[in-house]
Amino acid sequence: MPGSALDRPRAGWSTGSPVDTSLKRTPLFSAHVKAGARMVPFGGWEMPVQYRGIVEEHRTVRAAVGCFDVSHMGEFEIEGPGALATLQTLTTNDVAALEIGQVQYSLLCRPDGGIVDDLTLYRLATDRFMLTVNAGNIDKDWSHVTTAAPAEGARWRDVSTSTGLIAVQGPRAEAVVGRLADQDVARIGYYRFARGKVAGVAALISRTGYTGEDGFELYVAAGDAEQLWNALLGQGAAEGVAPIGLGARDTLRLEMRYALYGNDIDETTNPLEAGLGWVVKPAKGEFLGRAAIERVRAAGPGRKLIGLEMTERAVARHGYPVVKEGAAIGVVTSGSYGPSVDRYIAMAYVATPHAAVGTDVGVEVRGQVRAARVVKTPFHPSRVKKG
Amino acid sequence: MSNVPGDLKYTRDHEWARQEGGRMRVGITAYAQEQLGDVVFVELPKVGARVTAKQAFGVVESVKAVSDLFAPVTGEVVEANADLAHKPEIVNQDPYGKGWMIVVTPADAKQWEQLLSAAQYEEFLAQGGH
Repeated sequence: MPGSALDRPRAGWSTGSPVDTSLKRTPLFSAHVKAGARMVPFGGWEMPVQYRGIVEEHRTVRAAVGCFDVSHMGEFEIEGPGALATLQTLTTNDVAALEIGQVQYSLLCRPDGGIVDDLTLYRLATDRFMLTVNAGNIDKDWSHVTTAAPAEGARWRDVSTSTGLIAVQGPRAEAVVGRLADQDVARIGYYRFARGKVAGVAALISRTGYTGEDGFELYVAAGDAEQLWNALLGQGAAEGVAPIGLGARDTLRLEMRYALYGNDIDETTNPLEAGLGWVVKPAKGEFLGRAAIERVRAAGPGRKLIGLEMTERAVARHGYPVVKEGAAIGVVTSGSYGPSVDRYIAMAYVATPHAAVGTDVGVEVRGQVRAARVVKTPFHPSRVKKG
Repeated sequence: MSNVPGDLKYTRDHEWARQEGGRMRVGITAYAQEQLGDVVFVELPKVGARVTAKQAFGVVESVKAVSDLFAPVTGEVVEANADLAHKPEIVNQDPYGKGWMIVVTPADAKQWEQLLSAAQYEEFLAQGGH
């Protein structure tokens, strides 16, 4: 997701944006406005950046449970006997290894290895799959998947607008979703999904997320999204549930060092330098970008996406130069205050010789070099449900 | 509507100034901190630095935004709020009190008269605040 839309320019205080009718709205738009959310443009959508405050919302997810409207994300389905072969050509991970009911993190790459998008891939049936893609990339991805591979014996369907998506994340997510579900959701393993009803609404219940906490992502018909949203917030009171905006979604994922498309990865970055080599499976056979990525693997990536902790008080932001002994060695891709680690943290590409954990570097902040150090990631321990 | 104390003066950049003898204490308004959201970093000039009216004298950062602090008046910094280095959230909690930024000795005391009154600032906010 292009997070740069949240990074407002350094120009006075004005954060109110004029009404922009070109922005798209999710089925939960009026629920957000009613709840007092601050709405901002994000990847072509008008989305809630916060309800009560980013830091408080971040802490709610780490300590209890929060609900995120991520209906802006795109969903494509592909169906037919040729679906598997088409996806093997388009994505970097091995789709043949994916069982029905399983989810896979993967990438779409260009022939030169640049990342078109990152996505999650669901195997709905032997010959039927769903891809969840970033909101800001829906049009580009649709054009890519429908033209870059022949799709013989398979048919694509863009179901983005008819699909609502609510993420329920936090240590108490299982309690909240479990109470409203028609089945035992504790039995759904990490990166697995089941079909069922939640709050009376037909849902694909996916044990996935973007926060580093246990939780679910609930795919429902767009028209059912508000009923589910209200039930989650209304009946999760005992667990301390709250609505969470995109601001906290960004700080939560940053503490986990999860890449954000448009910030940390894009068409100019390759999977290996981004640390995403684990979703590239050259042994599966030919796919878009394979040869280019294998050349990078053979030579070793020239730069690496690493975690930085500021050792001097300053906030590193997207685009700030990373320096060492007066020379530029890289660039910050994401940076903020991490509420759970209580430190200023960042992700940055740095030249490989400077990428080792413990390396002291500098970040140029408004013309002044501030000390930082390459640190192990995630910045905050992951508590996703494994196994 | 935001809290706008009647005994302070204001700027269109959403700073406030309070007269304390011959000096002026300066901070950001309740409206400014609400617009910013959670303040996570404040950078202030050192004592002895000169600030110029309508020019940036420091920076305040929230989780998502970086914003300049603009001086209401020209003068010399005689105090800077050191507590904000480790507790920047004070700016959100108490913008007109413990969340103050700097104290300035104005080069010309008459500058006070050129700042907005509380009523003028409220009017400015009512028109959108920018």
